[in-house]
Amino acid sequence: MENARTSKPDLGNEFKRFIKFFLGELKPKGKVITPFNGIAAVIIGVGIVLIAIRFIKGLGAVTNLSQDFPWGLWIGFDVITGVAFAGGAYVLTFMVYILRIKKYHPIIRVTVLNGFLAYVFYAGALLLDLGRPWNVVNPIIGNSFGVSSVMFLVAWHFLLYMLAEFIEFSPAIAEWLGWKKIRKFLGALTLGAVIFGITLSTLHQSGLGALFLMAKGKIHPLWYSEFIPILFLVSSVFAGLSMVILEGTLSHKVFRDRITPKHHAAHDDIVMGLAKICAGTMFVYLFMKVLVFIHGQNWPYLNTPMGYLYLLEVIGLVLIPCLLFINGLKTRNLWIIRGASVLTLIGIVFNRLNVSIIAFKWNSAAHYVPHWMEIWVTFTVIFAEILVFRWIVNRMPILSAPPEWAKEETPAKEVQSKIKVIKEQEEWKVTAS
Amino acid sequence: MKRRSFLKTLGLASGTLAANGTLRAAEPVEGTEFKSVLVDTTLCAGCRGCEEICAQENNLPEPDLDLDLEGKIRTTSLEQWSVVNRYEADVSGGEVFVKKQCMHCNQPACASACLTKAMLKTKEGPVIWRGEKCMGCRFCMVSCPYDIPKFEFNSPNPRILKCRMCFDRLQEGKIPACVENCPAEAMTFGTRREMLDLARTRISEEPDKYVHHIYGEHEVGGTGWLYLSAVPFEQIGFRTDLGTTPYPQYTREFLYAVPVILTLFPAFLYAVSNATKRNSDDMESED
Repeated sequence: MENARTSKPDLGNEFKRFIKFFLGELKPKGKVITPFNGIAAVIIGVGIVLIAIRFIKGLGAVTNLSQDFPWGLWIGFDVITGVAFAGGAYVLTFMVYILRIKKYHPIIRVTVLNGFLAYVFYAGALLLDLGRPWNVVNPIIGNSFGVSSVMFLVAWHFLLYMLAEFIEFSPAIAEWLGWKKIRKFLGALTLGAVIFGITLSTLHQSGLGALFLMAKGKIHPLWYSEFIPILFLVSSVFAGLSMVILEGTLSHKVFRDRITPKHHAAHDDIVMGLAKICAGTMFVYLFMKVLVFIHGQNWPYLNTPMGYLYLLEVIGLVLIPCLLFINGLKTRNLWIIRGASVLTLIGIVFNRLNVSIIAFKWNSAAHYVPHWMEIWVTFTVIFAEILVFRWIVNRMPILSAPPEWAKEETPAKEVQSKIKVIKEQEEWKVTAS
Repeated sequence: MKRRSFLKTLGLASGTLAANGTLRAAEPVEGTEFKSVLVDTTLCAGCRGCEEICAQENNLPEPDLDLDLEGKIRTTSLEQWSVVNRYEADVSGGEVFVKKQCMHCNQPACASACLTKAMLKTKEGPVIWRGEKCMGCRFCMVSCPYDIPKFEFNSPNPRILKCRMCFDRLQEGKIPACVENCPAEAMTFGTRREMLDLARTRISEEPDKYVHHIYGEHEVGGTGWLYLSAVPFEQIGFRTDLGTTPYPQYTREFLYAVPVILTLFPAFLYAVSNATKRNSDDMESED
């Protein structure tokens, strides 16, 4: 506080110092020429060229999309699967800020950051896929609200959720820049943003499934049911958490020096906890899948090529990883759990691609196989996201501990004595930090 | 509290938006009725004059009229918004010609799928596309049960193209070009009610000639184009498995759940977070 006060008079100096600090932070940390950076440079470089071709010549120049398959990899994987993978953020914010399970606190920031970046980049990928992206503001600014469209809901929710995630994450930015007062203000917004974010997530995770409800008759009966939205929502829980497990494993290798010792010690415990939730939700999901299967009277389809795909998905990539999670928990074997989470993620990719591409018009003569350029652009998006993630993690207190001054502002106790009188409203502010 | 009222307003705003998610197109607007075309497939001789006039009217490339229709079922395309297909069937002559184009559904899946109202069910009946609104997401293509909307994949400024039921001509008081130019008078234009009456009259006058079904009367909630046939419709390329439920209904329940969740969830979450806070009064600072 004192610092802030004394430095107020010479704002000019303060500003200069900030610019200097900011420019310094822009420079890369660590070695620039590494194998990873080399690969990333090639992928992103070529990717930018492909994206340029796409905007000059149209979608057909780089994709295998057709009149029969209007949606391909960029929607089926980048958006539909990517958003499911980003589901960890809403599940963890629920546990940490709503249920106040302190155990998961060390990984909340990195998960929210991941979720936020995932949305930014996958929404970005959506812009690549839009034929007339300059009209993307139309459903937002209100000159034509297509309110009967699930897509309208999804678009709005993407936008609002990005905002909510940004607010949840913003204290880390303030800590990085040393903006104490702003940090306090942003911290107070967290709970509101979390509540809003969870609500939005519930709706758009299921909304992505609801997009396919009108494709009735085009999607194989083993995958089409009126319960797609609920199945998408439930599977986003274990998809998101599996991603958190996998991402945590990688982060611990890559960002070893930035992780606090306390976090290190808690890591195994956190993974076990997440695995338990994964196993539980997967069990629920399987149960729903069976119900849908039986209600749909889908037995005759099982012994067909599509039926084998279905069995591979449900047994091989949901039931087996679910059992592996349980086994890993019993034997406290982290490697089994990590393996299970990888299998789960593959299963989610498979499921989302099945609904959006593979089982879509399964009986049509035309087929869709993504063009290598579509795959390349997808990798471009992923690598761009990783680079931004790395840049942020190496600078802001994401995995590392926040600065000392930020810690002081959190004690719930101190303020709680004050609020006996002005209960409700004050509590709202404090809980957030 | 400011923040709360902000959330509330936002929630209410999005809630009401979603609650209006029903299609007004369900019923004709007061005073106007949907326009409609009745196609009598027993009268069509397969001259494909309608394809030609359609191309002229909409500045599309001229269709290849020498094309042999035998054994070839064509779909509509970017260049051909209307096609005539030949089906072999158990009738005198052994063949039936069927014109295919946008069905101009009463409650179109494409229009309810459109988040910018670029795809619009006009009060006159035609379903039209408006480029200044469209963002090119192609959800209309995914949703359309008849796979009618086509997208210009090879253009940097792509359009969605399909039959517009000559909407501009209708505005001028004319009738669709294909209907006007059909030498066999296989098509009739009028209000949907009149066309259904006409179809029923024809069936009752010649009950042995027609199958007793008007395709489009109930399919996907009713379509603007209606068909009569001498043979079961599945034999001449019609989808008879689409059901009679209007397609927007399939997402309606989901959309109805939206305002409920948007308003109840935040309250619930806030309550839970308060409850857990009291349990952890002695909570230390969260780092």
